Amino acid sequence: MGKFKLITKGLVKENPTFVLLLGMCPTLATTTSAINGMGMGLATMFVLVLSNMAISATAPYIPDKVRIPSYIVIIAAFVTVLQFIMQAYTPAMYETLGLFIPLIVVNCIVLGRAEAFANKNSVIDSACDGLGIGLGFTMSLTILGLVREILGSGSAFGFKFISGDGILAFVLAPGAFLALAYLIVLFRKITKMN
Amino acid sequence: MTMALQSTLKNMVLSLGIICLASSAILAGVYALTKEPIEAAAAAKTNNAIRQVLPEFDGEPEMASIEAGGQSYDYYVVNKGGAVAGYAITASASGFGGPVTVMVGITADGIVYNTSVLSQSETPGLGAKCTEPEFAGQFKNLDPSKTKLAVKKDGGDIDAITASTITSRAYIVAVNNALAIYKAIREGSAPDVSTGASVEDAQTEK
Repeated sequence: MGKFKLITKGLVKENPTFVLLLGMCPTLATTTSAINGMGMGLATMFVLVLSNMAISATAPYIPDKVRIPSYIVIIAAFVTVLQFIMQAYTPAMYETLGLFIPLIVVNCIVLGRAEAFANKNSVIDSACDGLGIGLGFTMSLTILGLVREILGSGSAFGFKFISGDGILAFVLAPGAFLALAYLIVLFRKITKMN
Repeated sequence: MTMALQSTLKNMVLSLGIICLASSAILAGVYALTKEPIEAAAAAKTNNAIRQVLPEFDGEPEMASIEAGGQSYDYYVVNKGGAVAGYAITASASGFGGPVTVMVGITADGIVYNTSVLSQSETPGLGAKCTEPEFAGQFKNLDPSKTKLAVKKDGGDIDAITASTITSRAYIVAVNNALAIYKAIREGSAPDVSTGASVEDAQTEK
């Protein structure tokens, strides 16, 4: 498979949110606005690319029986690195995403890619795979955040275009489920047509 | 799949040990690199909040703390023209979704100059509006001896945020706590600090 295809497959064919339905917890919880969704997606992508590369490089030296603990340690290390960096340079975003940053460790997309792809492919291919899946995740979370922000607070990327509130339910948890469900329907409809 | 090493005890201990060692080495490095920026970011945040809640002052705010009821409260003192100009006191109370932490600026004559929310996890669109001027503006230049610090529903003078009475109460309790700490600072007595909204109010916010 070409490198380009490795990247684009994460966007559409194996989109983690709309097709694989992985990592639903941060998807539903952090997409209260487009910026928050994008921040969460980029944070996950950062961890995904680095952990994919590290795991692909070390996989031949890791005995099968301690595979999962090793991957978790590697992933946790990168998440903590990300935490330090965000705390230092984007403190506002770090505070908004809060608990969901450390929880990237247990995001099933990250461990899933390690198990399904990185440990049997080359470092470069794994980086492309991580980038593709990460971009897919970022794109989905941004779209979901955007939809919820437009409906819920009447703004897009922080720019308010109506005065007062929107449909508050969309900023709250029930709106997350509703918006996600309709987006999945839409996504499947569009991908089926092509 | 690439042929992995045999799962013998020696191999497993070695590989996990090396991975943990390498990971902690990377973490130690990044920690050392980001330590200063993290502290700077936190200090900038506090300084911004202090500047927001107090009138202009000279120099840097000084941190101090007061021991009261077995708990220690940190606060900042600012000076202007050689005299104490005011205090920035951080106080919190439990709101609907967790603690509401407010920095309260109190001038030397006991007036609440302004307040600023440091952290809150209230419901977006409802309680989270406590950061907006419509509600928080009520605490600007507030004289605690003339204003009754309670929501109107409880017989006070503060307009609660619509459908967010618990958050409004928590905010007021936090301001009251700060005033109690201020009193303690001035008099050296133990502040009378309460924790916030009670359980039976839980259904008033939805």
